Amino acid sequence: MTSADFSILLPEILLAVFAMAALLFGVYTGKDKTAPMLVWATSAVFALLALWIGLAGEGTNAAYGGMFIDDGFARFAKVVILVSAAAVLLMSETYMSRRDLLRFEYPILVALAAIGMMVMVSAGDLIALYMGLELQSLALYVVAALRRDSAKSTEAGLKYFVLGALSSGLLLYGASLTYGFAGTTEFAGIIQAAQGEIPLGLLFGLVFLFAGLAFKVSAAPFHMWTPDVYEGAPTPVTAFFATAPKMAAMGLFARLAHDAFGQITADWTQIVAFLSVASMFLGAVAAIGQRDIKRLMAYSSINHMGFALMGLAAGTAFGVQAMLVYMAIYVTMNVGTFAFILSMERDGKAVTDIRALNMFSKKEPLKALAILVLMFSMAGVPPLVGFFGKFYVLRAAVDGGMAWLAIAGVIASVIGAFYYLRIVFYMYFGEEADGMEAPMQPVAWGLLMASAAAMVFGVINLFGIEGVAAAAAATLVN
Amino acid sequence: MDELLREYLPILLFIGVSLGLGLILMLSALLVAPSNPDPEKVSAYECGFNAFDDARMKFDVRFYLVSILFIIFDLEIAFLFPWAVAFKDVGLVGFWSMMVFLAVLTVGFAYEWKKGALEWE
Repeated sequence: MTSADFSILLPEILLAVFAMAALLFGVYTGKDKTAPMLVWATSAVFALLALWIGLAGEGTNAAYGGMFIDDGFARFAKVVILVSAAAVLLMSETYMSRRDLLRFEYPILVALAAIGMMVMVSAGDLIALYMGLELQSLALYVVAALRRDSAKSTEAGLKYFVLGALSSGLLLYGASLTYGFAGTTEFAGIIQAAQGEIPLGLLFGLVFLFAGLAFKVSAAPFHMWTPDVYEGAPTPVTAFFATAPKMAAMGLFARLAHDAFGQITADWTQIVAFLSVASMFLGAVAAIGQRDIKRLMAYSSINHMGFALMGLAAGTAFGVQAMLVYMAIYVTMNVGTFAFILSMERDGKAVTDIRALNMFSKKEPLKALAILVLMFSMAGVPPLVGFFGKFYVLRAAVDGGMAWLAIAGVIASVIGAFYYLRIVFYMYFGEEADGMEAPMQPVAWGLLMASAAAMVFGVINLFGIEGVAAAAAATLVN
Repeated sequence: MDELLREYLPILLFIGVSLGLGLILMLSALLVAPSNPDPEKVSAYECGFNAFDDARMKFDVRFYLVSILFIIFDLEIAFLFPWAVAFKDVGLVGFWSMMVFLAVLTVGFAYEWKKGALEWE
């Protein structure tokens, strides 16, 4: 343990020190009165760290004997995680303070979850993997139950906790089998053991590890908790669940698959391909019956995870690149969409029924247009950026010799387009109804418009993330 | 692969035996025991009295809080003991690692104290 190790871990250490300092500051001064300030401070810290990691990070560095890896892949994921967490924190401030939910612990818990996610995407060892995952999950269980006096929110928290514990159990079982048969918890050591014809026990370990991670990315058939938790948790928390933790879990998935099991891709690509197909179809079909926009977004996220997993299923560097591009686009779309969902209300009460959107375009043409762009982008309609995300993963699947997977993806995306287009239909051609208001603070408005604009103008060069993602993928797969 | 599976054979046998024994015990109770229910027999029995109230009563959440806080500090001791025993051998790195751990724990302690989690009323 040298100072070089600490300097690699410095962003995480700084964030942890900030979180603890903020906790003490909050509890010793005005308690919940300091919450708005802490929200802004935490967002600012997130943004600064993202800038720092994005601009200053260089090369591949390993700390603590390979337990913690800082490479291009980790940095890409960390920047997405930090920026989306900052955006979600900022747009949740008004929603939460108006509903008396804004406790000063909220931004601190989000910061702690962010540390966990940063450790997850940098994990180079099963122990570091589990530690990051638990730090993230424990903070998320608490924020899911943030609205303590609501049965739904506490139920969501409890459900998330119980199923999260179950998935951690699966993951740990897989980790113990892997350790038993590989003789080490380090990814660098596991990849030595996992070559050629692998022992049955190691295969079991691999399957259980992947099952545990599939829980975390809410891929079918391990998705059961997602709709209930998304519906029950306070909407800003749902927005958070749908963005940063998904990127982190997907990053961890890719890192484990390639860093620890990169020599036996044939063994796990089938598993990931199955998860991908199941998630795409379940997300597309099950969302059709949903009227609650939060549940709908839950199924939508299951569907999108299926597409992101398709990139991973290809088992190539291009596949990882496609996955990273897809996740970055997915997170951007979700930030914009949730900025709008947070503002949906009628007579001062939040509404989540999608029929409340009837004829919304008459009332607020600009916002309706932004949502139209975002929904089209989610459905993958060209020429919006969402289409290019799908195009990337489909190409990765075809290049990886999985044309059937790509065809399944196209079919699922056509089915899924129905419910995205229905929202647009309601907004533009729906029946006259009571309607709803969408009063927005400048921050949320800015995020919605920026996200929609990114979907339109990103088609020129995807803001250059292609090259960055390619470099990031190259550091992971070799 | 066969060798691996053979190593697990005792466990498989054990599972089979426990499953069979459990089933036999439960089924025999169901089949052999005389069953002749009447309302007095099946009602709740509380030392000769009628049941006073529902057995599912509300339980003050503060008990849980206290017990969880107890566990946290109990675990702290569990960490401190081996550290203290091996104090001479862990060196400076070991010393400062524990200090950082204690500092983080103290932050949590200060938070819960100030938050009022330690007060009963």
